[in-house]
Amino acid sequence: MKTENQRGWLFVLPVLVLVAFNALIPLMTVVNYSVQETFGDNLFFWHGLGWFEDILRSERFHAALGRQLFFTATILIIEIPLGVAIALAMPRQGFWVPVCLVLMALPLLIPWNVVGAMWNIFTLPDIGLLGYTMNSVLGIEYNMTQSPVAAWITVIVMDVWHWTSLVVLLAYAGLIAIPEAYYQAARIDGASNWSVFRYIQLPKMKRVLTIAVLLRFMDSFNIYTEPFVLTGGGPGNSTTLLSIDLVKVALGQFDLGPAAAMSLIYFAITLAVSWLFYTLMTRDEQ
Amino acid sequence: MARIELRNLRHSYLPKPAGPDDYALKQIDLEWSDGGAYALLGPSGCGKSTLLNIISGLLTPSEGQVLFNGTDVTAEPPDTRNIAQVFQFPVIYDTMSVYDNLAFPLRNRGVADDTVDARVREIATMLELDGDLPTRAANLTPDSKQKISMGRGLVREDVNVIMFDEPLTVIDPELKWKLRSKLKELHQRIAVTMIYVTHDQTEALTFADEVIVMQDGQVVQMGTPVELFERPQHTFVGHFIGSPGMNLLPCEVRDGHAFFQDYPVALEGPISGAGGTGQIGVRPEFVRIADVGIPAQVRKAADIGRHVVVEALAGGTTVNAIIDGPPPAQGTEVNLEFLPQHTRLYLDGWLATERATA
Repeated sequence: MKTENQRGWLFVLPVLVLVAFNALIPLMTVVNYSVQETFGDNLFFWHGLGWFEDILRSERFHAALGRQLFFTATILIIEIPLGVAIALAMPRQGFWVPVCLVLMALPLLIPWNVVGAMWNIFTLPDIGLLGYTMNSVLGIEYNMTQSPVAAWITVIVMDVWHWTSLVVLLAYAGLIAIPEAYYQAARIDGASNWSVFRYIQLPKMKRVLTIAVLLRFMDSFNIYTEPFVLTGGGPGNSTTLLSIDLVKVALGQFDLGPAAAMSLIYFAITLAVSWLFYTLMTRDEQ
Repeated sequence: MARIELRNLRHSYLPKPAGPDDYALKQIDLEWSDGGAYALLGPSGCGKSTLLNIISGLLTPSEGQVLFNGTDVTAEPPDTRNIAQVFQFPVIYDTMSVYDNLAFPLRNRGVADDTVDARVREIATMLELDGDLPTRAANLTPDSKQKISMGRGLVREDVNVIMFDEPLTVIDPELKWKLRSKLKELHQRIAVTMIYVTHDQTEALTFADEVIVMQDGQVVQMGTPVELFERPQHTFVGHFIGSPGMNLLPCEVRDGHAFFQDYPVALEGPISGAGGTGQIGVRPEFVRIADVGIPAQVRKAADIGRHVVVEALAGGTTVNAIIDGPPPAQGTEVNLEFLPQHTRLYLDGWLATERATA
């Protein structure tokens, strides 16, 4: 017989206090701001859901959200298949395994703002290696501080450069966990390479790829540092993603009420999409 | 269906094998007839799986040839050899239904849909998987999954050989017995050459017409289960097969007679070999507790159901005897008698007595 007791709560309590201190209470202050108007001097006036209505109706928010969704969708469409392809091409054993793994891990080890700064210098038309080569050697006009298309391409290529490795490493981990017998059985069954991928490798990678998509979705949807350091959201507003816009509203204009409402909407979207995706992917595992 | 010959087969996993110790398979020459049921029996690491993978084409041997019906297939990959293999752990295609799993090897070879359907249903009936055909294979129990693996091996009508690599390892004991008899029954029905790899003597002896006992990359003996039990060619076979295995007593050979600690021991026939370290081999089934014979002290007795296994110590050597009736008490001094027609002499491990000509 199992006896019920409540001692478990005691063990969870320290974590609960910690999480409350560093996450729940700060979040509640955001909630607090989002329903009030303040003019400084700690004077607050009740504003109800007014800020939420304003944000949801604001064209500026719609535009930033649109850019954000476009960015996230684009990098997912590129990074997931590319990451899987690289993982499939990597050796499974021998001398080159650690070499490949270290090379793959390198971009992940670089601090985010350094990545932004690196690419900023790399693309400068007069002194950057890429910028100079494009403009002066190849004769292709490329200046991301002037052309929105160039800015977008650079932001996306930078993200692919920085984060495809994560997908590669996860997919690779999924691949090497497949027992050799599966490949042997497939050879005996006369399966083509495509069948091996479709019926063995892809199903066995499903779990890690779900995690990869989830991580890349959350990170890219919340991305701030790299594009901010690279383009500052420009030229104009062309690469102003949601988080960059949020910081402009909160710290640039010091509109704390609208910024708080925007953060909560932002948070709700991230949470809802992640939950929906994870639920759909793991639905048939029960 | 095929007759399989292995000629001068040697295999090493090292690129440049130096001595015999570098070879996983030392020297294999075997011939298996079409439609036979064979078992490869031996302890872990004896090279039986290596041998199996060489026959299936998953491994290319360092030296020697593999012939199917007289044709050299040594260089051919598994899919053109037209063989089937069932692995230790059930290999199933998770995302497919049971039906699609069974149909997979046929569809890959471009077999017509109605033929595929007929074959899949026939095999499913044989393996009692009819009801599961539309189920997703991932949702089944381990033994059903292993049945699917077997089914994929059986579904092609024209396979040369079906190989089983310890296929019952993950199956519950009760179902093990069921699947084993199912396999035997299937073999009788379809008469394809089957090779069964195992380290479990019961599996090997019940499944196979002929058992190949391997040790250290070599074939020690090939024979029917009865031959392996009655006249083991090597002490390893005697010890490995049987429960408990053959008793082996150190002995001296003088003037054509064998002596165990100065007691002469009668053998089945004349000694054929010469010199070397001698051992007397006699199975516990053929040891009697008698009034005269080798003195020994009873150490323990284990009731194994219909019989009693008595373990006795004769001058430092443990001797097992399987007897009927009440066992002697622990510590009792007894005399052991060996039935001469079942008592053999081994020199350097190999059988060195001739069969009695009675």
